[in-house]
Amino acid sequence: MGTILVGQAAPAADAAMPTVRRHIGIGTYLKRNPKLVAGLILFGSLLVFSLLGPLFIDTELARPMSAMPSQPPSSTYPFGTDDQGRNLLAVAVVGLPLTLQVGLIAGLVAIVLGTVLGLTAGYVGGVTDMLIRGICDILLTVPGLVVLITVAASIQGAISVQMMALVVASLAWMWPARTIRSQVLTLRERAYVQMAKLSGMKTPEIIFREIMPNLLPFLAASFVGSVAAAILASIGLEALGLGPQNEPTLGMTIYWAISFNAVIRGMWWWLTMPIVAIVILFISLFMISAGLDEIANPRLRKVSS
Amino acid sequence: MTWKLLGKRFGMFLIVIWGAATLNFFLPRLAPGDPIRERLFALSTQGGLTQTGVEEMVASYNARFGLDLPLWQQYLNYLVDMLRFDFGYSLAMFPAQASDLIFDALPWTVGLLLVTTIISFVLGTLLGALIAWPRSPKWLEYLAAPMLTLAAIPYYLLALVLLYVLAFSWKWFPLSGGYTTGTQPNVSLEFWWDVLKHSILPALSIILAAVGSWAIGIRGMMISTNGEDYMTFAEARGLRGNTMFFRYGLRNAMLPQITSLALSLGHIVSGALIVEVVFTYPGVGSLLYNAIKGADYFVVYGVVFMVVLALGFATMLVDLAYPFLDPRIRS
Amino acid sequence: MIAAEPVTRGLIAPTDVLAIDNLQVSYRSDRGEVKAVGGVTFGLKPGERLGLVGESGCGKTTTALAIMRLIRPPGRIVGGRILLRDGASETDLASLSDERMRRTRLSEVALIPQGSMNSLNPVKRIGDHFADSIQAHERRVSDSEIRDRTSEVLKMVGLRDSTARLFPHELSGGMKQRVCIALSITLSPKVIIADEPTSALDVVVQRHVMETLGAVQQRLNAAVILVGHDMGLLAQFVDRLGVMYAGKLVELAPIRNLFENPLHPYTKLLISSLPTLEQRGTFRGVPGLPPSLLNPPVGCLFAPRCPSVMERCTLETPPLQEVTPDHWAACHLY
Repeated sequence: MGTILVGQAAPAADAAMPTVRRHIGIGTYLKRNPKLVAGLILFGSLLVFSLLGPLFIDTELARPMSAMPSQPPSSTYPFGTDDQGRNLLAVAVVGLPLTLQVGLIAGLVAIVLGTVLGLTAGYVGGVTDMLIRGICDILLTVPGLVVLITVAASIQGAISVQMMALVVASLAWMWPARTIRSQVLTLRERAYVQMAKLSGMKTPEIIFREIMPNLLPFLAASFVGSVAAAILASIGLEALGLGPQNEPTLGMTIYWAISFNAVIRGMWWWLTMPIVAIVILFISLFMISAGLDEIANPRLRKVSS
Repeated sequence: MTWKLLGKRFGMFLIVIWGAATLNFFLPRLAPGDPIRERLFALSTQGGLTQTGVEEMVASYNARFGLDLPLWQQYLNYLVDMLRFDFGYSLAMFPAQASDLIFDALPWTVGLLLVTTIISFVLGTLLGALIAWPRSPKWLEYLAAPMLTLAAIPYYLLALVLLYVLAFSWKWFPLSGGYTTGTQPNVSLEFWWDVLKHSILPALSIILAAVGSWAIGIRGMMISTNGEDYMTFAEARGLRGNTMFFRYGLRNAMLPQITSLALSLGHIVSGALIVEVVFTYPGVGSLLYNAIKGADYFVVYGVVFMVVLALGFATMLVDLAYPFLDPRIRS
Repeated sequence: MIAAEPVTRGLIAPTDVLAIDNLQVSYRSDRGEVKAVGGVTFGLKPGERLGLVGESGCGKTTTALAIMRLIRPPGRIVGGRILLRDGASETDLASLSDERMRRTRLSEVALIPQGSMNSLNPVKRIGDHFADSIQAHERRVSDSEIRDRTSEVLKMVGLRDSTARLFPHELSGGMKQRVCIALSITLSPKVIIADEPTSALDVVVQRHVMETLGAVQQRLNAAVILVGHDMGLLAQFVDRLGVMYAGKLVELAPIRNLFENPLHPYTKLLISSLPTLEQRGTFRGVPGLPPSLLNPPVGCLFAPRCPSVMERCTLETPPLQEVTPDHWAACHLY
């Protein structure tokens, strides 16, 4: 005898998983994702600060010898000055966008490269997949920071902010490539992709009309993750003195503060500005990525009992 | 576990090491000009007391990279040297051998990072799993936010803050070094106490920052493990909360974390680079930093080689241990 | 105490081992409460096999899990009682403390899970699962006693002793489900709730597993609630069958009565949609979709799909009433 199923064909809502996936307004959505909102607000205020900053303060003051050296915060120098005579407020206004620039360029390069390779590997499969995955796996075990140090050390001095971004990006694409590949692998097997294939849709069309839209929240989360990783790496390199020597990025400020013994000299303000800026930056990126993660992976959402 | 599998995995390990060594051999030759020769030349033109040393170094350099031997022979010699951990002379601290400098610094770094990595892994994994556990007390969730925030901060920044507040302002801990300058390293209880006092701040900054990132990793895994059928069935069988948490939940959620732990342990050798620099801790991190600043290439390449060796070794160990942790891999 | 409503009095007898009295389960969602189970009442006689059938989302699995108090947030039991009787004593599982509920599970009420493929801890040997279960309920049991009891229950489900040394991934789907049955009877519970125990198995294995379940049930003289969507399979196994629709019990009758004389239009449609040997190839379902359980409308929830719908159906909710002796239906036709 055969199996007789009751109503299994009906696309019914399972009682254990009530249907919540309907069109909800973006406002309602953000209300339910306070992490994302808080992260966006924090990041937005950093952007506003670096965009509007130059209107209020002369960026020339970020140059050495432009102010009285080693001054604690005062009404003239709200963030104090370093022992080279840089006004640290001006350094913040100049340095923050430079650091953001490195992160965004490197993150963008990493995510584009990672998406292209991950999509190709996941969708095409076969030898291509094996090759791409193999290369990623091998490169992932390479100690990134050490390689970056070696590279940065050999082109030391001449490095610009943009080159810095590319150096960092060169080692940042493997992780996105790998995770995107595994996402594509599961998406490829979904019924709607199979339907599209059966109905004669061409591969590029399937990729852009069926797979990409479903990959977007995931890509957004990976992008933010890559930006954070790139900023982390670039600040790390800079803090070791391997960054652009003449640009007052946040990392270089930390390097100078360490090199010129800011701690032992009690110049807390020299460290406070870059640390606070970096901490706000990382917290905002972290919250945005956690928020996006909840969109891409609803199971992480906190359930209220 | 068959011997065949073991041999295969060990072969892979050797290939990775060989690849790293080969890269180390060719990288300096690919660079435009010859940074090492230039550096040696600069040293020799300085003349003076180091003159004889430089001659010797140039001779050693020629023997290693010089043009008197065919390339394949140079390469073979080089591989043999690498197997003996002979990375050549330090350019900055002649006549010290690069390998001597590395092996002097290694115990400091491994001691600090082995302890901190294990502590932060255990603490972070437990806390993260507890945060994800539905029956945990409410207050744990309030702990989650500050902990995850700490994870978002690069740990050397934490190190700077701790250094300023605890060592400079409050003078609870020494400001720098691995032990009090002037004392000779020995095995007395006093010296150990001194070392401990010096390592607390670097250790604390590493642990505080790392606990959070371990917690984030396990939290996600624990949440998906909680949704597994075997968790529901365990609860349906009336198992105790402890049994379910440790032996059903955590035991399974931890599996993917083991690989990350191996990678972290492998990275131990390169040291907590910037933290060591901040505290002028006499480990591999500081050595590498000074070598980069002083263009001491043989030391840099030596450290890189050691890192690859340690990483390769750690991942091999995990691959070999994994079947014992996850029976599904065994068959 | 049993509620004094006349309806309830008839559905639940004082001799029942388990009495579900007006059980309600809701899930919280962003748009309000979803009433997954909206007041279900029935009793389980000692040694009886009761089936619960319905399409996915009708609340049958939720009912089963609620009896075990295994509903997870955002879902919760919002009302009703789950009375477990042992001779003269009576416990309401719905109001038991968490720790006492834990001790009741497996020893008094056991669950055979739905997803047998994944119901065993992949890193533990089968034997450890039994040890965990026994040790969770009894103090100081020797290893040899655990071993003996394990092999005894394994034998009851037709598995060899050596199975205890294997890992879950080394077993076939049918063997895994037998292990799950063996696990659930380790402490000889009075009530066994089997939640679609064969849905992941192929037809031949399904049959063996059902036979095993039947044999075990007779040996322990336990009462069984079998949840499923396969009317054919259920018809062969159960004594009484309850039909659920949209979180409510719409018909409850001995299996023979139900098939020979179905009362509720939904049951009639279900039975007429069963393929027979004479009319192979034609497949008739029940037209329409089940209603949303979020703020359900008043009246009979089946009304929009019902072929015999009347004006009254959209105004009044029909109660479950005894139409003929022992045959209950919730429909305004009777």
